[in-house]
Amino acid sequence: MEDNVILRVATKILTPYILLFALYVQFHGDYGPGGGFQAGVIFAAGFVLYTLIYGLETARRVLPLKFAALCGALGVLIYAGVGIATMMKGGEFLNYNYLDSHNAEHGQHLGILLVELGVLTTVFGVMVVIFYSFAGRRDIQS
Amino acid sequence: MLVITALIVVRLENLFTVAMVTGIYSLLSAVFFTLLDAVDVAFTEAAVGAGISTVLMLGTLSLVGHQQKKRKTVQWFPLTIVTITGLLLMYGTLDIPPFGEGGNPIHGHATTVHYLEESSHETGMPNVVTSVLASYRGYDTMGETTVIFTAMVGVLLLMSGRKRKPSKDVEGDPSGR
Repeated sequence: MEDNVILRVATKILTPYILLFALYVQFHGDYGPGGGFQAGVIFAAGFVLYTLIYGLETARRVLPLKFAALCGALGVLIYAGVGIATMMKGGEFLNYNYLDSHNAEHGQHLGILLVELGVLTTVFGVMVVIFYSFAGRRDIQS
Repeated sequence: MLVITALIVVRLENLFTVAMVTGIYSLLSAVFFTLLDAVDVAFTEAAVGAGISTVLMLGTLSLVGHQQKKRKTVQWFPLTIVTITGLLLMYGTLDIPPFGEGGNPIHGHATTVHYLEESSHETGMPNVVTSVLASYRGYDTMGETTVIFTAMVGVLLLMSGRKRKPSKDVEGDPSGR
Protein backbone atom coordinates (compact mmCIF):
# COMPACT_ATOMS: atom_id res chain seq x y z
CA MET A 1 0.00 0.00 0.00
CA GLU A 2 3.03 2.23 0.33
CA ASP A 3 3.18 3.15 -3.36
CA ASN A 4 -0.39 4.22 -3.84
CA VAL A 5 -0.39 7.99 -4.36
CA ILE A 6 -4.09 8.49 -3.68
CA LEU A 7 -3.91 6.66 -0.37
CA ARG A 8 -0.77 8.49 0.67
CA VAL A 9 -2.18 11.93 -0.03
CA ALA A 10 -5.57 11.12 1.48
CA THR A 11 -3.91 9.83 4.63
CA LYS A 12 -1.79 12.91 4.89
CA ILE A 13 -4.90 15.08 4.73
CA LEU A 14 -7.04 12.90 6.98
CA THR A 15 -4.66 12.14 9.85
CA PRO A 16 -4.65 15.61 11.46
CA TYR A 17 -8.43 15.71 11.37
CA ILE A 18 -8.70 12.28 12.98
CA LEU A 19 -6.39 13.43 15.78
CA LEU A 20 -8.35 16.67 16.12
CA PHE A 21 -11.62 14.76 16.27
CA ALA A 22 -10.16 12.57 19.02
CA LEU A 23 -9.36 15.69 21.04
CA TYR A 24 -12.88 16.98 20.40
CA VAL A 25 -14.32 13.71 21.68
CA GLN A 26 -12.05 13.96 24.70
CA PHE A 27 -12.95 17.48 25.75
CA HIS A 28 -16.56 17.36 24.67
CA GLY A 29 -17.10 14.24 26.76
CA ASP A 30 -18.49 16.41 29.56
CA TYR A 31 -21.36 17.53 27.37
CA GLY A 32 -22.00 14.79 24.83
CA PRO A 33 -21.14 11.19 24.19
CA GLY A 34 -17.45 10.39 24.36
CA GLY A 35 -14.65 10.54 26.84
CA GLY A 36 -11.16 9.32 27.48
CA PHE A 37 -11.56 5.78 26.23
CA GLN A 38 -13.18 6.62 22.91
CA ALA A 39 -10.82 9.52 22.34
CA GLY A 40 -7.80 7.33 23.02
CA VAL A 41 -8.99 4.73 20.55
CA ILE A 42 -9.63 7.33 17.85
CA PHE A 43 -6.27 8.98 18.48
CA ALA A 44 -4.60 5.59 18.13
CA ALA A 45 -6.65 4.89 15.00
CA GLY A 46 -5.11 7.96 13.41
CA PHE A 47 -1.65 6.49 13.96
CA VAL A 48 -2.81 3.05 12.84
CA LEU A 49 -3.97 4.52 9.54
CA TYR A 50 -0.66 6.33 9.17
CA THR A 51 1.24 3.10 9.87
CA LEU A 52 -0.82 1.12 7.38
CA ILE A 53 -0.09 3.54 4.56
CA TYR A 54 3.44 4.75 5.32
CA GLY A 55 4.85 1.61 6.83
CA LEU A 56 5.96 0.68 10.31
CA GLU A 57 9.43 2.15 9.97
CA THR A 58 8.19 5.67 9.22
CA ALA A 59 5.54 5.49 11.92
CA ARG A 60 8.08 4.39 14.48
CA ARG A 61 10.17 7.40 13.66
CA VAL A 62 7.17 9.64 14.38
CA LEU A 63 6.06 7.73 17.46
CA PRO A 64 8.59 5.29 18.90
CA LEU A 65 7.33 2.14 20.58
CA LYS A 66 9.07 3.17 23.79
CA PHE A 67 7.15 6.45 23.88
CA ALA A 68 3.82 4.68 23.32
CA ALA A 69 4.60 2.23 26.11
CA LEU A 70 5.55 5.16 28.32
CA CYS A 71 2.15 6.75 27.54
CA GLY A 72 0.45 3.53 28.53
CA ALA A 73 2.09 3.59 31.94
CA LEU A 74 1.85 7.36 32.38
CA GLY A 75 -1.95 7.37 32.06
CA VAL A 76 -2.42 4.99 34.98
CA LEU A 77 0.04 7.11 36.93
CA ILE A 78 -1.96 10.29 36.22
CA TYR A 79 -5.17 8.56 37.31
CA ALA A 80 -3.71 7.22 40.53
CA GLY A 81 -1.86 10.50 41.04
CA VAL A 82 -5.16 12.38 41.11
CA GLY A 83 -6.31 9.93 43.77
CA ILE A 84 -3.18 10.56 45.81
CA ALA A 85 -3.57 14.32 45.36
CA THR A 86 -7.09 14.22 46.78
CA MET A 87 -5.77 12.26 49.73
CA MET A 88 -3.06 14.88 50.26
CA LYS A 89 -5.74 17.56 50.30
CA GLY A 90 -7.52 15.75 53.08
CA GLY A 91 -10.23 13.82 51.26
CA GLU A 92 -10.75 10.21 50.34
CA PHE A 93 -9.00 8.55 47.41
CA LEU A 94 -10.43 10.02 44.18
CA ASN A 95 -12.82 12.39 45.96
CA TYR A 96 -12.41 15.34 43.60
CA ASN A 97 -14.34 17.70 45.84
CA TYR A 98 -11.11 18.39 47.71
CA LEU A 99 -9.07 19.36 44.64
CA ASP A 100 -10.38 22.91 44.82
CA SER A 101 -10.55 24.09 48.41
CA HIS A 102 -13.12 26.82 47.69
CA ASN A 103 -15.53 25.28 45.23
CA ALA A 104 -16.30 21.56 45.22
CA GLU A 105 -17.82 21.72 41.76
CA HIS A 106 -14.63 23.17 40.28
CA GLY A 107 -12.73 20.40 41.99
CA GLN A 108 -14.97 17.85 40.34
CA HIS A 109 -14.40 19.50 36.95
CA LEU A 110 -10.65 19.44 37.38
CA GLY A 111 -10.65 15.88 38.70
CA ILE A 112 -12.76 14.50 35.87
CA LEU A 113 -10.65 16.36 33.31
CA LEU A 114 -7.39 14.95 34.68
CA VAL A 115 -8.76 11.46 35.11
CA GLU A 116 -10.10 11.39 31.55
CA LEU A 117 -6.70 12.62 30.40
CA GLY A 118 -5.16 9.65 32.16
CA VAL A 119 -7.57 7.26 30.47
CA LEU A 120 -6.84 8.86 27.08
CA THR A 121 -3.09 8.52 27.54
CA THR A 122 -3.25 4.91 28.62
CA VAL A 123 -5.71 3.78 25.96
CA PHE A 124 -3.80 5.57 23.22
CA GLY A 125 -0.46 4.14 24.30
CA VAL A 126 -1.78 0.63 24.74
CA MET A 127 -3.59 0.52 21.39
CA VAL A 128 -0.51 1.75 19.55
CA VAL A 129 1.77 -0.70 21.37
CA ILE A 130 -0.52 -3.63 20.60
CA PHE A 131 -0.79 -2.62 16.96
CA TYR A 132 2.97 -2.12 16.61
CA SER A 133 3.61 -5.50 18.19
CA PHE A 134 1.25 -7.27 15.78
CA ALA A 135 2.46 -5.35 12.74
CA GLY A 136 6.13 -5.73 13.62
CA ARG A 137 5.90 -9.44 14.24
CA ARG A 138 6.63 -10.36 10.65
CA ASP A 139 9.86 -8.35 10.55
CA ILE A 140 11.08 -10.12 13.64
CA GLN A 141 10.38 -13.53 12.19
CA SER A 142 11.81 -13.07 8.74
CA MET B 1 -29.60 -8.43 10.80
CA LEU B 2 -27.15 -9.29 13.55
CA VAL B 3 -28.15 -12.95 13.40
CA ILE B 4 -27.73 -13.05 9.62
CA THR B 5 -24.27 -11.48 9.87
CA ALA B 6 -23.27 -13.93 12.59
CA LEU B 7 -24.39 -16.85 10.43
CA ILE B 8 -22.37 -15.49 7.50
CA VAL B 9 -19.30 -15.34 9.77
CA VAL B 10 -19.78 -18.98 10.71
CA ARG B 11 -20.30 -20.14 7.12
CA LEU B 12 -17.41 -18.28 5.48
CA GLU B 13 -14.09 -20.03 5.06
CA ASN B 14 -11.89 -17.18 3.88
CA LEU B 15 -10.69 -15.60 7.11
CA PHE B 16 -10.01 -12.26 5.44
CA THR B 17 -13.70 -11.97 4.61
CA VAL B 18 -14.57 -13.15 8.11
CA ALA B 19 -12.58 -10.28 9.61
CA MET B 20 -14.42 -7.80 7.39
CA VAL B 21 -17.85 -9.24 8.19
CA THR B 22 -17.00 -9.16 11.90
CA GLY B 23 -16.33 -5.46 11.47
CA ILE B 24 -19.73 -5.07 9.85
CA TYR B 25 -21.24 -6.99 12.75
CA SER B 26 -19.69 -4.52 15.19
CA LEU B 27 -20.96 -1.58 13.18
CA LEU B 28 -24.47 -3.07 13.16
CA SER B 29 -24.38 -3.53 16.92
CA ALA B 30 -23.24 0.08 17.23
CA VAL B 31 -26.37 1.10 15.31
CA PHE B 32 -28.37 -1.13 17.60
CA PHE B 33 -26.89 0.56 20.69
CA THR B 34 -27.71 3.97 19.22
CA LEU B 35 -31.32 2.88 18.78
CA LEU B 36 -31.32 1.91 22.46
CA ASP B 37 -30.07 5.44 23.33
CA ALA B 38 -26.74 4.11 24.58
CA VAL B 39 -24.68 6.53 22.52
CA ASP B 40 -21.49 6.20 24.55
CA VAL B 41 -21.50 2.44 24.21
CA ALA B 42 -22.25 2.72 20.50
CA PHE B 43 -19.32 5.10 20.11
CA THR B 44 -16.96 2.67 21.79
CA GLU B 45 -18.28 -0.27 19.81
CA ALA B 46 -17.83 1.55 16.51
CA ALA B 47 -14.30 2.71 17.35
CA VAL B 48 -12.98 -0.45 19.00
CA GLY B 49 -15.07 -3.21 17.47
CA ALA B 50 -15.29 -1.98 13.92
CA GLY B 51 -12.04 -0.04 13.80
CA ILE B 52 -9.13 -1.21 15.90
CA SER B 53 -10.00 -4.88 16.33
CA THR B 54 -10.61 -5.34 12.61
CA VAL B 55 -7.17 -3.92 11.92
CA LEU B 56 -5.65 -6.16 14.60
CA MET B 57 -7.36 -9.17 13.08
CA LEU B 58 -6.02 -8.29 9.66
CA GLY B 59 -2.56 -7.91 11.18
CA THR B 60 -2.85 -11.36 12.69
CA LEU B 61 -4.11 -12.79 9.40
CA SER B 62 -1.07 -11.45 7.59
CA LEU B 63 0.97 -13.58 9.98
CA VAL B 64 -1.01 -16.80 9.97
CA GLY B 65 -2.46 -16.90 6.45
CA HIS B 66 -6.05 -16.29 5.50
CA GLN B 67 -7.50 -19.66 4.61
CA GLN B 68 -9.29 -21.77 7.17
CA LYS B 69 -8.46 -25.46 7.39
CA LYS B 70 -11.11 -27.57 5.71
CA ARG B 71 -13.16 -29.54 8.13
CA LYS B 72 -15.75 -31.95 6.85
CA THR B 73 -17.19 -33.64 9.88
CA VAL B 74 -19.62 -31.80 12.13
CA GLN B 75 -18.29 -31.60 15.68
CA TRP B 76 -21.31 -32.60 17.69
CA PHE B 77 -19.94 -32.13 21.20
CA PRO B 78 -19.07 -28.39 20.90
CA LEU B 79 -22.30 -27.80 18.96
CA THR B 80 -24.36 -29.32 21.76
CA ILE B 81 -22.60 -27.26 24.42
CA VAL B 82 -23.05 -24.04 22.43
CA THR B 83 -26.73 -24.77 21.83
CA ILE B 84 -27.41 -25.59 25.48
CA THR B 85 -25.59 -22.44 26.66
CA GLY B 86 -27.51 -20.33 24.16
CA LEU B 87 -30.83 -21.77 25.26
CA LEU B 88 -29.95 -21.21 28.92
CA LEU B 89 -29.05 -17.58 28.20
CA MET B 90 -32.34 -17.09 26.38
CA TYR B 91 -34.14 -18.68 29.33
CA GLY B 92 -32.31 -16.22 31.58
CA THR B 93 -33.59 -13.24 29.60
CA LEU B 94 -37.17 -14.27 30.41
CA ASP B 95 -36.59 -13.00 33.94
CA ILE B 96 -35.45 -9.56 32.80
CA PRO B 97 -38.24 -6.96 33.07
CA PRO B 98 -39.58 -5.71 29.71
CA PHE B 99 -37.42 -3.08 28.02
CA GLY B 100 -38.35 0.57 28.49
CA GLU B 101 -41.16 0.02 30.95
CA GLY B 102 -41.49 2.85 33.47
CA GLY B 103 -42.13 0.60 36.44
CA ASN B 104 -38.90 -1.35 36.10
CA PRO B 105 -36.95 -1.54 39.36
CA ILE B 106 -33.89 0.19 37.87
CA HIS B 107 -35.78 3.42 37.17
CA GLY B 108 -37.05 3.85 40.70
CA HIS B 109 -33.89 2.81 42.52
CA ALA B 110 -32.48 5.39 44.92
CA THR B 111 -29.05 5.36 43.23
CA THR B 112 -30.51 6.04 39.78
CA VAL B 113 -32.63 8.89 41.08
CA HIS B 114 -29.66 10.35 42.93
CA TYR B 115 -27.41 10.21 39.84
CA LEU B 116 -29.98 11.75 37.55
CA GLU B 117 -31.11 14.53 39.87
CA GLU B 118 -28.00 15.44 41.83
CA SER B 119 -25.27 14.84 39.25
CA SER B 120 -25.52 18.21 37.54
CA HIS B 121 -24.93 20.27 40.67
CA GLU B 122 -22.71 17.79 42.49
CA THR B 123 -20.22 17.49 39.63
CA GLY B 124 -21.29 20.24 37.24
CA MET B 125 -21.36 17.77 34.33
CA PRO B 126 -24.28 17.89 31.92
CA ASN B 127 -23.46 14.38 30.70
CA VAL B 128 -24.46 11.97 33.45
CA VAL B 129 -22.59 9.10 31.79
CA THR B 130 -19.31 10.98 32.18
CA SER B 131 -19.98 11.98 35.77
CA VAL B 132 -20.93 8.43 36.74
CA LEU B 133 -17.93 6.96 34.94
CA ALA B 134 -15.29 9.37 36.12
CA SER B 135 -16.57 10.59 39.46
CA TYR B 136 -19.14 8.36 41.15
CA ARG B 137 -17.56 5.21 39.79
CA GLY B 138 -13.99 6.50 39.68
CA TYR B 139 -12.58 3.36 41.27
CA ASP B 140 -14.11 1.18 38.55
CA THR B 141 -12.70 3.32 35.77
CA MET B 142 -9.30 3.24 37.39
CA GLY B 143 -9.54 -0.53 37.53
CA GLU B 144 -10.42 -0.61 33.84
CA THR B 145 -7.49 1.60 32.98
CA THR B 146 -5.24 -0.73 34.91
CA VAL B 147 -6.69 -3.70 33.03
CA ILE B 148 -5.86 -2.04 29.71
CA PHE B 149 -2.38 -1.28 30.99
CA THR B 150 -1.99 -4.93 31.97
CA ALA B 151 -3.01 -5.92 28.45
CA MET B 152 -0.18 -3.80 27.11
CA VAL B 153 2.33 -5.38 29.47
CA GLY B 154 1.13 -8.83 28.44
CA VAL B 155 1.38 -8.09 24.73
CA LEU B 156 4.82 -6.54 25.14
CA LEU B 157 6.08 -9.56 27.07
CA LEU B 158 4.65 -12.06 24.61
CA MET B 159 5.14 -10.42 21.24
CA SER B 160 8.04 -8.01 21.25
CA GLY B 161 10.67 -10.65 21.69
CA ARG B 162 14.07 -10.68 20.17
CA LYS B 163 14.66 -12.73 17.08
CA ARG B 164 13.90 -16.32 17.76
CA LYS B 165 17.04 -18.39 17.65
CA PRO B 166 16.91 -20.68 14.64
CA SER B 167 16.40 -24.16 15.97
CA LYS B 168 15.77 -27.44 14.16
CA ASP B 169 12.21 -27.46 15.41
CA VAL B 170 11.26 -24.24 13.66
CA GLU B 171 13.10 -25.01 10.43
CA GLY B 172 11.49 -28.41 10.06
CA ASP B 173 7.95 -27.12 10.48
CA PRO B 174 7.12 -24.01 8.44
CA SER B 175 3.76 -23.56 10.16
CA GLY B 176 5.25 -23.76 13.64
CA ARG B 177 5.29 -20.05 14.25
